[in-house]
Amino acid sequence: MIIRRDFVNKLLEDRKDNLRVVSGIGTSTWDLMSTGDEKNNFGFIGAMGQALPFALGLSISQPDKKILLITGDGDTLMSLGSLATIANHPVSNLTVIVLDNESYVETGSQPTATAGKTNLELIAKGSGIENTYTIFERTDDYKVLKTIYEEDGPSLVVVKCKAESTPLIFPHSFDGVTAINRFKDTM
Amino acid sequence: MEKFSKDWRNDIYDVFKNIGISLVSHIPDAGHTPLIDLCEKDNNIDVVTLTTEEEGVGLSCGAWAGGKKSALLMQSSGVGNCINALALPNICRIPFLTIVSMRGEWGEFIPWQVPMGLGTPKVLEAMDVKIFRVDYKDEVGDTVNAAANFAFNTRKSAAVLLSQKMIGAKQFKNG
Repeated sequence: MIIRRDFVNKLLEDRKDNLRVVSGIGTSTWDLMSTGDEKNNFGFIGAMGQALPFALGLSISQPDKKILLITGDGDTLMSLGSLATIANHPVSNLTVIVLDNESYVETGSQPTATAGKTNLELIAKGSGIENTYTIFERTDDYKVLKTIYEEDGPSLVVVKCKAESTPLIFPHSFDGVTAINRFKDTM
Repeated sequence: MEKFSKDWRNDIYDVFKNIGISLVSHIPDAGHTPLIDLCEKDNNIDVVTLTTEEEGVGLSCGAWAGGKKSALLMQSSGVGNCINALALPNICRIPFLTIVSMRGEWGEFIPWQVPMGLGTPKVLEAMDVKIFRVDYKDEVGDTVNAAANFAFNTRKSAAVLLSQKMIGAKQFKNG
């Protein structure tokens, strides 16, 4: 099982200038913010289920940037239809990383559907996102970096993570206007 | 002779072109079909078919962050699907424009359309979306223009409600 925060930090350690990162509600945003106060990041703190379509809109409007969405299984399960939308309006610059800890850790670690019979890799593939795979160990870090920077998307990587609550690392501002203005100015 | 010479959907399309809308998302509605066709024929407008209307809210917001203006087309039943999603443009003051074809309000045949038709203006207002209602075909262009300017100039959410009286109620025949 992968330690999500270590994984996210390693992934963004030597990030390239053309990368823009969006994170989904909850722990994914705290994970992203733990990599540093970076203008090229935008973290959701609400509007659950909206990070996937937001990332698609951003990918369409910024075809020369690499767009990475880091989100959780809970957020992804809320917008499964967006996987079909992404697959059928293909954007080559979008990678979605689902940190799948099979639980709603923020609210007391209640199990999600992926703790049961649901497999997000198969759902993504069935939705039509062909470049989809699951990693279980950190030995695959390089493969994920290659997917983000070099492979044609849309891609979706399910990262099986340990379910543990981690320290909350807040963004520089909880004010949405401040956050989106700062992010938009990097385009 | 009527004052307007062309289909009112052309007026919406003309506004889209004037203000530079280059991304249109939708769950189709018969009332919007000619407009969707016009957008699909335009190489400078990207058309995204959604699986649920709320996706169009996030899509519009992400597109704006990347520098594209967009619009979401839906029927009134879709407004209900968007409620929580509307928190995103609201809290980030992202311009959001939607064009809603109304059902369940004038000559409606299907009773299942009535609850959300009645609820549409109320839930939009509850989420701080400014409503621009159109009842007459010759006011469509000006109204969509006003709503778009409101959205993009003031960074707020705007919804144009196209009345069912104007669109014409869909007729159903059994058998």
